[in-house]
Amino acid sequence: MKKIFSIFSLLVLLIMDFAAFAQTQRFPRPEFESGYTQPITSMPEPRAGIFALVDVLLLIAALSLITWFIHKKRSRTGVIITSLFSILYFGFLREGCVCSVGSVQNVVLALFNPGYHIPLSALAFFVIPLVYTLFFGRTFCAGVCPLGAVQDVFLLRPVSLKKWLQKVLGLIPWIYLGLAILYAATGTDFIICRYDPFVGIFRFNATFFMFAIGAAFLLISVFIARPYCRFLCPYGVILNLVSRVSKKHLSITPASCIQCKLCENSCPLDAINKPVEVKQMEDKRSATRRFILLGMIIPALMIIGAWVVSNFHENLAMVNSKVRLANELLHFDSNTMKESLEIEGFRTSGKTKEELYLESAAILKQFYYGSWMLGAFIGLVFGLSLAGLTIYRYREDYEPDKGECVSCARCLKYCPVEK
Amino acid sequence: MKKDRREFINTCFRFAAGASIVGVAGVLASKSVKGDYLWQLDPTKCTQCGRCATSCVVTPSAVKCIHVYDMCGYCDLCGGYFRPNVKNLSTGAENMLCPTGAIKRTYVEDPYFKYEIIDELCIGCGKCVKGCGAFGNGSLQLQISHDLCVNCNECAIARDCPSDAFKRVPLEEAYQFAGFKTNKKI
Repeated sequence: MKKIFSIFSLLVLLIMDFAAFAQTQRFPRPEFESGYTQPITSMPEPRAGIFALVDVLLLIAALSLITWFIHKKRSRTGVIITSLFSILYFGFLREGCVCSVGSVQNVVLALFNPGYHIPLSALAFFVIPLVYTLFFGRTFCAGVCPLGAVQDVFLLRPVSLKKWLQKVLGLIPWIYLGLAILYAATGTDFIICRYDPFVGIFRFNATFFMFAIGAAFLLISVFIARPYCRFLCPYGVILNLVSRVSKKHLSITPASCIQCKLCENSCPLDAINKPVEVKQMEDKRSATRRFILLGMIIPALMIIGAWVVSNFHENLAMVNSKVRLANELLHFDSNTMKESLEIEGFRTSGKTKEELYLESAAILKQFYYGSWMLGAFIGLVFGLSLAGLTIYRYREDYEPDKGECVSCARCLKYCPVEK
Repeated sequence: MKKDRREFINTCFRFAAGASIVGVAGVLASKSVKGDYLWQLDPTKCTQCGRCATSCVVTPSAVKCIHVYDMCGYCDLCGGYFRPNVKNLSTGAENMLCPTGAIKRTYVEDPYFKYEIIDELCIGCGKCVKGCGAFGNGSLQLQISHDLCVNCNECAIARDCPSDAFKRVPLEEAYQFAGFKTNKKI
């Protein structure tokens, strides 16, 4: 009886004009006679906004603490303690999100897309480490960044890499940064978050592929110090630049260097610059020639880079879901092909094909200009690092390379000089 | 002298870097928002493709079916609970649409039944949502359950969603239930 009733009511509704029901329910809510009380629709509360503030405060506290440990206490143990805290809190507890590395993309998206409002916490995570770096060097990398910290605690048997290999691999983060900015600026994707190798480990949850990459990075970091920080991290290169002009920086010796060479091989990142034995000046003619040559090579590299990358702008744009959908739709033949979920979603959205094609064309155009800029940027980075290799710097003491040094404080205990 | 010059250049660069950091921060702070934005899906755009169940970084997915009781018709033949062409309206597993048996059906009064979602079992596949939307009031809706969502910087489901239904919403609008379903084609 019940079944017949419900089927009947359904049929009646189907036959009746749908428009009449446009704003009402097909089956009105019954008037209950048995005193039934309706349960409340469950809407679990999100993490309160106050926690965003806690995150930022803890970031500032951890940064201040580690800076104090490095600069005043000169204590590697302190750095390790802060690292462990960061791994536990920013890593496992907060599950690696939002992190400063990823916040680069939020900042870029907010700069290019007026519709996007960057959360204050993401902005704070971007700016605060930069400010600290400007004053004290890369103390953020030393142990506050959970990604750096987790690699650092795994570093047991450091081996040193060849200089040329370091320089070549050191170019990758720039390309990665350029790509991340391109994709964030076009609102396509946050690739830094997508390919974050450690977030899967922090969450105990990742695809096999990402987990394997994370495990591989950790395995490599047993021997090669911080492979992600040095050869991939896009935020690291920004900090690297800022750190070069930092007001203060970790110094190996607390007083003055006595040239004992004890610290020479202490740095797992090979970021200690050795003194140059003889002070000799390059003669003026060859210096001028070098300058002119570099002045021609750098623009040439930029133009070549821009031209090469712009040839791939369509491939780069295929990451964008709208461009991909438009492309799929263009080649879609309803007779022979099965409709994909994307096409089905598009069909029910009520948008016309022309609108989509126009949107996709606009995005392609953005990618075209973007890829020119990306290529020129990569060319510029290649050229400038080439120029950097030719610069002669006279140095009397053992000093950390202000850009490359992550202030991990390992070298400090090698110095025999007392305060 | 040489040392001084290098120091001076360094200071210039430091101030330039400081100024640009402050500049960017200032520009963005003026248009930023307090508190975090959350991810939520718009049920009016959702096509119940089933990717919510598989794309989320949390397992099982943070997307759950949420029952908006105000919209429910308490039907005996529930399009969200029963498979299409069901032979008899009982709670037998062979009749259920939900692959994990996450909907609990209880008798209220003739001829009405109450349907509850057991959150622990729900995987967010949206099969029941599709059924309810097609045959009923659309009171079953997929939503991100914020106690489970880790609020990734870039939501993994948003990336995979074929109908672009995911967006960032402010804290006050954490849940985006669609009003009463309009005439959706069966």
